[in-house]
Amino acid sequence: MNNQIQPGDSRQRILARIAASLGRDPAIAAASAAYAVLPRHYRATAATPPAQSISRFLDRLHEYNAACVRVASEAGIAAAIAAVLAARSQSGLAVVSGIPPAWLPPGFNFPLANPLTAEELDRQPGILTACAVAIAETGSLVLQSGPRQGLRLHTLVPDHHLCIVFESQLVATVPEAFPRLDPNLPTTFISGPSATADIEMTRIKGVHGPRSLHVLLVAD
Amino acid sequence: MKPEANSSPWNRRDFPEAAREALAAEPLPTAPFEHSQTRRNVRHATDIIQAKRNAVVAELPEWQALRSAGAAIRAHTLEHLDHYLLEFEANCVRRGGHVHWAADAADARRLVLEILAPHAPREVIKIKTMTSEEIGLNACLEEHGIHPVETDLAELIIQLGHDRPSHFVVPALHKSRGQIRDLFASAMHRPELTDSPEELAAAARSYLRQKFLTTPVAISGANFLLADTGGVCIVESEGNGRMCLTLPDVLVTVVGIEKVLPCFQDLEVFLQTLPRSATGERMNPYNSIWSGTPAGDGPREFHVILLDNGRSPILADAESRQTLRCIRCAACLNACPVYHQTGGHAYESVYAGPIGAILTPQLHAMHDAQSLPYASSLCGACYEVCPVEINIPEVLIHLRSQVVQQQQSTLTGSLGLWNIAMKSAAFLMQDGGRLGAAVRLAQTAQAPLVSRNGFIEWMPGPLSGWTKTRDLPALPAESFRAWWRRTRSAQPATPAASEPHHE
Ligand code: SF4
Repeated sequence: MNNQIQPGDSRQRILARIAASLGRDPAIAAASAAYAVLPRHYRATAATPPAQSISRFLDRLHEYNAACVRVASEAGIAAAIAAVLAARSQSGLAVVSGIPPAWLPPGFNFPLANPLTAEELDRQPGILTACAVAIAETGSLVLQSGPRQGLRLHTLVPDHHLCIVFESQLVATVPEAFPRLDPNLPTTFISGPSATADIEMTRIKGVHGPRSLHVLLVAD
Repeated sequence: MKPEANSSPWNRRDFPEAAREALAAEPLPTAPFEHSQTRRNVRHATDIIQAKRNAVVAELPEWQALRSAGAAIRAHTLEHLDHYLLEFEANCVRRGGHVHWAADAADARRLVLEILAPHAPREVIKIKTMTSEEIGLNACLEEHGIHPVETDLAELIIQLGHDRPSHFVVPALHKSRGQIRDLFASAMHRPELTDSPEELAAAARSYLRQKFLTTPVAISGANFLLADTGGVCIVESEGNGRMCLTLPDVLVTVVGIEKVLPCFQDLEVFLQTLPRSATGERMNPYNSIWSGTPAGDGPREFHVILLDNGRSPILADAESRQTLRCIRCAACLNACPVYHQTGGHAYESVYAGPIGAILTPQLHAMHDAQSLPYASSLCGACYEVCPVEINIPEVLIHLRSQVVQQQQSTLTGSLGLWNIAMKSAAFLMQDGGRLGAAVRLAQTAQAPLVSRNGFIEWMPGPLSGWTKTRDLPALPAESFRAWWRRTRSAQPATPAASEPHHE
């Protein structure tokens, strides 16, 4: 290619052009003071009764075609998982590291996902994780890389995702979720099974991500 | 700065000519059916997205507050763009990423090739990215023996059909399921496929699965960059994006310099407004946010190419700077009566619709695509739906006056009437009553419109579209339906399909 520009040149040129266009020196004007006073008149928190958040969350999951089962306490998780697997005639599913053994019912296989390659994960019937926070308004599960939540590919490659959500992790609105997240971790918002509307605007469940999404909502 | 001429399929003709072809006002012997089918598909898709969008926007009591906050955050970022880009660069590099700066399209293509060279890939997987289209990346990769595999379902449809995207959220909305079925059946050697959407999606899933698992290099765009964490945010539906972002060893993200946000937490605004505006969903299925190369999770090598390509000069004009606030939700396309009729291809521009009409000519420093600022009836529907409050009609007027000024120096006086109309419109616009001004403008502007390549042939349709939704003084009496019958009597449209959706 002719007209080669050295990388450093482009950086300087772009920054100089921006400064010139904004009509000031490349010396940076104080941005943080102006940022602090930007208008934000939307709800940062909503005084939503937990029961209302729960019913909204269940409605949203239902609309997304994701199944949700309510579990009375942490002690009931193993039985709930067994019921989901039995209903799907599934012999087990992969689990991410950090999942408490007490959650896993006897009689099924629960291989650890972390050492598996993507090809090996592709042969797993499903994956079990917890989450960082869930959002009622949008029916979203938010996962951040780490113990109990796995790596990003874990909840992507297998065709079935079973996610444990504690009621104390459920917030009403999107802004309420942010203070609970670590901005430095890889983060995935999951709202329903993978889908596309690219063919005549019909929402079709299941393209490349898991085609089945199960949520166990656990009282705590 | 004028981007270099290339073999781009875009900008071959001006809008009136391309729109006439899209509307087949002079029926093309080769493709009249194709065009009417395209028109039906576009109307069907935009009607559905609009209805969904209106419903999920109406249920959110703080929608206007979110719009204003989004507008303020984006405007603030643009005022301090150099500051936030440098902050993003420092944080991305600190987290293991590489940041490159591309002054123009050639610069960006060269950077991509240099980054790919040590890996010598024969194929790369790609997530839908408008910047890639803008810099003509696919053709460049092919020239260098690298086959780009589009993984977004719509982009795959476009690629297999040797077509061009017509919408930047649903790029293949001009294709019906029957057309998609035929494409997939031949390209994937699956003659047994039916046109069931589920079956077509499943075909794409199995066609691409092996590619995801084995291709070591991916190329993406980005919805947002986050200055405070060096983060990148990508919003998608299908999971193909997540595949490209997590499975390969090397990831290259090409992104416009205007896409930066100050803070991670600013996403609390845009993750509410973007999905609702773009696809009419409360939240799209997947959002990915990451910075650099987090240990053990995702690609080992990550590059961000910050693309200027005509953006930085736009900052200089205080009035049109707002163009760069755009978060590419395409709500303005879906709401636009002109887009509704012509579809995206008529704009002959990577960025179609109302935003394309103001962005494309400015990216080309007003040397090219000068007909695009006229590709609007100034009805204001785009402004009303825009989640970052870009006053597109105001920018259109502003750009038209620039076009007229340019033309005055070359074609002295030939557009005098138009010039007067624009000046009076600008005057009225400054004094409140934007809509009233638009009406008067429409009346004043007719004469010059007639003289501009027969523009009047298609203007009455959109114009009649907005008289029906608003209480306005009388406008040209001929309704869209009547105009349609008169000019298009060869192909009578059904009443439901011929009327703009929001009547
Ligand atoms: S101009 Fe506004 S409505 Fe149009 S795509 Fe951009 S953000 Fe969306």
